[in-house]
Amino acid sequence: MANMQMNKTPMPEQEPNVRNANFKEVALGYTFEQAVNEAKRCLQCKNPACVGGCPVGIPIPQFLAKVAEEDIAGAYEILSNANALPAISGRVCPQENQCEGKCIRGVKGEPVSIGRVERFVADWAAENGIANVTTAPKNGHKVAVVGSGPAGLTCAGELARMGYEVSVFEAFHVAGGVLSYGIPEFRLPKAIVAREVANLEKMGVDIQLNMVIGKILTITDLFDMGYESVFIGSGAGLPMFMKIPGEALIGVYSANEYLTRINLMKAYKDGAATPILRNKKVAVVGGGNVAMDAARCAKRLGAEVHIIYRRSEAELPARKEEVHHAKEEGIIFDLLTNPVAIKGDESNHVNAITCVKMELGEPDASGRRSPVVVEGSEFDIEVDAVIMALGTQANQMSYNGTPGLEKTRKGCVAADEKGVTSVPGIFAGGDAATGAATVILAMGAGKSAAKSIDEYIKSK
Amino acid sequence: MHQTYEIVVKKTLTPEISLISVSAPLVAAKAKAGQFIILRVDEEGERIPLTISNADVEKGLVTVVYQKIGGTTLALDQLQQGERLHDFVGPLGQPTEVENLGRVAVLGGGLGCAIALPVARALTGAGNTVDLIGGFKTKDIVILEEEMTKACTDLHICTDDGSYGYNGFVTGKLEELIASGVKFDHVFAIGPLMMMKFACKLTEKYNIPTTVSMNPIMIDGTGMCGGCRLTVDGEVKFACVDGPDFDGHKVDFDEVIARNATYREFEAKAKEKHACRLGGGAMNG
Repeated sequence: MANMQMNKTPMPEQEPNVRNANFKEVALGYTFEQAVNEAKRCLQCKNPACVGGCPVGIPIPQFLAKVAEEDIAGAYEILSNANALPAISGRVCPQENQCEGKCIRGVKGEPVSIGRVERFVADWAAENGIANVTTAPKNGHKVAVVGSGPAGLTCAGELARMGYEVSVFEAFHVAGGVLSYGIPEFRLPKAIVAREVANLEKMGVDIQLNMVIGKILTITDLFDMGYESVFIGSGAGLPMFMKIPGEALIGVYSANEYLTRINLMKAYKDGAATPILRNKKVAVVGGGNVAMDAARCAKRLGAEVHIIYRRSEAELPARKEEVHHAKEEGIIFDLLTNPVAIKGDESNHVNAITCVKMELGEPDASGRRSPVVVEGSEFDIEVDAVIMALGTQANQMSYNGTPGLEKTRKGCVAADEKGVTSVPGIFAGGDAATGAATVILAMGAGKSAAKSIDEYIKSK
Repeated sequence: MHQTYEIVVKKTLTPEISLISVSAPLVAAKAKAGQFIILRVDEEGERIPLTISNADVEKGLVTVVYQKIGGTTLALDQLQQGERLHDFVGPLGQPTEVENLGRVAVLGGGLGCAIALPVARALTGAGNTVDLIGGFKTKDIVILEEEMTKACTDLHICTDDGSYGYNGFVTGKLEELIASGVKFDHVFAIGPLMMMKFACKLTEKYNIPTTVSMNPIMIDGTGMCGGCRLTVDGEVKFACVDGPDFDGHKVDFDEVIARNATYREFEAKAKEKHACRLGGGAMNG
């Protein structure tokens, strides 16, 4: 008999006023008892809707059943066979729009907290030294993966399991892509990313750091070197700015720069070699998950932080949980507000951001009500830093100039949902193909591309 | 070809400036004049960009020249021949466009001479008549004179104090050559921001197309952070992917000069701290 408790088993968390001054993980994770209790809420539907909501197709009721039976090792095997990076997706997936959004328990009450149980299972396995690194015998075929973010790592893991020899080329000095440079420590500890990468290495995946594909080697070079197929998972890395006056002032950052300094280069630690300015009052422009991450980092570095977003709370693109966490931590939301200029002092340091008030008009092409400027509403907010979190666009460096490779209007690699591009043998997925999206969608794309690569090589 | 990042050659050029050749055969094979690398000294280190001074494909070596100004370059200088860098990434940025333009002047300022050198060499190779004008504060810190002599048609060394060669700035020498009737088809200016700014002011007056090499604050070097952005002809450009070369007459120099001062305090502190550590080491040693 299922546990008919209406609400999710609560997740233990650091207190808001404690965590907003440290970089340790906010959500502490379920205990064994909590995980088992939550897993028992699953009704074990015959036709589970949750699985259809999962981009990597995890057999959710099956792994939850194992947890309910207190067989965590069994649950881990099911989970890790379907998902190469469970400790990561358990933490950063927007489950409310995916598996949990489809859960029947959500009709009356809250859905089963699939993500929290997933995280528990992955962490339990790591604590008990269990890793699912079995692979098929080596088949002698070589595949190159460009980029070690969620798409590339998933694709590499899937291929390694099938017996391929996989090399992953990463431009940075650390593997993980956005998991390392973008998502902050307090949402996704870097030790966990490193652990998942180490598991791939145990499966025989060769990770080559400091390799900027498109510069040191082109995709054509990779084929010449004997790779039979190349997967492009190089992300969408170019940050966008607003093109308003003052964006070149000292103290204006792209969210990418701000987060990279903090997450990858550890600028928040005393004595770090990479500097970051400690600010008193920071404006973060944008309302997505990256804006929340940047705001919460700035708060942890001691600033008063304002999120400036031109629409209302209902339109915030960030996950509800991120907005909730940010508010709890004392981030101030200046909604229906849009910057028009950034002002600086005589030494070119930011000292204010000039904004206008907005009101919501008619729905636009995206279906969201489009914001309209309120005439004469201009005002200044005194700040000493501005972080632009407006999204990113395709960085074509890795694939630009590859003969025959078609691109989308926005400069991404043109690829179908199976990762197939205009060039036989070249596959693509994740943000490099879709433009900025989520970690789990990139993982899903990496997984389906691996399947396509396998079919391509076998059919040669 | 294994990239060990070993420092195979290290030379002290002046008390402030050193040269290293690093084993990175894949980088060497692709490197062209005007491109740069990013290195890290150790596991906790900062990523710093340095422009490539020479690439030896056969030996698999990439040469860079650095000035000891911040914590990272001071730490880099502690490494000796045979030791390895932690990371060495490249070649990044767009190569300098090298074609036969006719008569060209290449201006190098101080450390910039190490970067001007491969540009001058490539331009000479492409059939240009090249005046290489290298500026230094004083005679004692003139670097790479022999290499520069070989890389151009005429080498003009300038010193700010007149202790060697032309007495004055590189812009003064350039103007003197122009006044003497030399018609330059193109000028390349590589060095401190102030030097490039004034070189551009001068060449604008004489209507000579001018290319500058921008080397601002960077982290990734692949266009991801936007920290190296600058305004060129009213548009935001990223030095790491769109540059480092730009049309000097269109660069907003004042903006770059201001932005480059962002972390000056950190640099000064790093230097101070490093000096203390060195002192400590000497006492223990």
